[in-house]
Amino acid sequence: MNGVHDMGGMHGMGPVEAEKSEPVFHHSWEARIFAMNRAMGAWRKWNLDASRHSRELIPPAEYLRMSYYERWVAGLVDLIVKSELATRAEVESGAPAARSVKAVPALTPDKAMALVAKGLPASRDVKLTAWFQAGQRVRARNMHPVGHTRLPRYARGKFGTIDRDHGVFVFPDTNAHFLGEKPQHVYSVCFAARELWGEQAAPKDSVYVDLWDDYLEPA
Amino acid sequence: MTTTRRDFLTAAAATAGAAMTPDLNHAHQHEHEHQAVPSDPTLRVKALESLLVEKGLVDRAALDALVDTYEHKIGPRNGARVVARAWSDPAYKQRLLSDANAAIAELGYGGMQGEHMVVIENSAKVHNLVVCTLCSCYPWPVLGLPPVWYKSSPYRSRAVIDPRGVLREFGLELPEDVEVRVWDSTAELRYLVLPERPAGTEGMGEEALAALVTRDAMVGVAKVSVSKAGSAA
Repeated sequence: MNGVHDMGGMHGMGPVEAEKSEPVFHHSWEARIFAMNRAMGAWRKWNLDASRHSRELIPPAEYLRMSYYERWVAGLVDLIVKSELATRAEVESGAPAARSVKAVPALTPDKAMALVAKGLPASRDVKLTAWFQAGQRVRARNMHPVGHTRLPRYARGKFGTIDRDHGVFVFPDTNAHFLGEKPQHVYSVCFAARELWGEQAAPKDSVYVDLWDDYLEPA
Repeated sequence: MTTTRRDFLTAAAATAGAAMTPDLNHAHQHEHEHQAVPSDPTLRVKALESLLVEKGLVDRAALDALVDTYEHKIGPRNGARVVARAWSDPAYKQRLLSDANAAIAELGYGGMQGEHMVVIENSAKVHNLVVCTLCSCYPWPVLGLPPVWYKSSPYRSRAVIDPRGVLREFGLELPEDVEVRVWDSTAELRYLVLPERPAGTEGMGEEALAALVTRDAMVGVAKVSVSKAGSAA
């Protein structure tokens, strides 16, 4: 979706302000919502792409007003309610509905540590023909899907070169909407900075964007 | 947020709780007496955690373990050790550049949000910079959770269109003949910059080298220098 989250190349956001000796979490609620996102993900009612999309669905004005972890609160509540792990009324009241059945947590401390150690690979061990080869000229498709996509607006319609093939991965555009993993090759595609931004960019600079087969066409 | 909403949330948080922690009860009782009431996220997240625990959907001990891991155990010191090893051992560096996952695993690191690592090497002619314009993708096992600036709108919007301007704000002015490569983490590949080893470090051991390597240098917004030795942050 052409949301405000897709902000590469936008102006007006101000200078980058780095904090000295920054803590990992600034408030304990940030730590709790970070961990709750992992723990609730273990129910496998959604996936990483759906989780990202839940935050993209925050209305633009709200998205820009919210802090990073406030977006995680909004996104998690949206996922919990949509997947019927809890009702909106329960979230608003903070208490389980009468007669609701108590579950057994999906993520125990042991499983949490295993998740940290092993992660959740998004690659898929399937042999699929790569549509493109390293060194090949390509064009990022000019497409504007209303759902989730990882093809940033600034690269759409632009010409680049396949730098390397990273292998086969789950395709976010379908996976985020529970329409299947549609595995395909992902490539780092090198775009000349001047192809993206014109003469204002330095002549030798470039931007590498990781793109799936479905985002590309031969050039 | 309206007063109505705030009162509602406060009531909600209080309702949530037979199992409520003392500080929330305290906050509730005194809400109307103090200016410094808990912020909305504090209440909302406490109520949410309480609900999910009561419904048996989350285990508080699992949450504690996750928080402890990312607050105390996984951070940029890991990445610094990887860099120091690469500087000290040319064969390791080759493995790191060709199969980052395996090479990083040799030092015992890997896992969540580092399942597909790529290491990119800085040189006198090439400077690499990592960003995630769409969200906040970052190589957790080697750098820990990202700092606020990395997740901020200014960095996400400008790193791709004005990398040299962003670097200047970090105090790094690159000569025109240096090629800047920006890596936008739009897929599940996670990028770690292998900074240039600074002059004057010949003969230093891995541990001493690792102490020089900063988080910012491994994201690509700084260089490693001998004078700025110290923190990884």
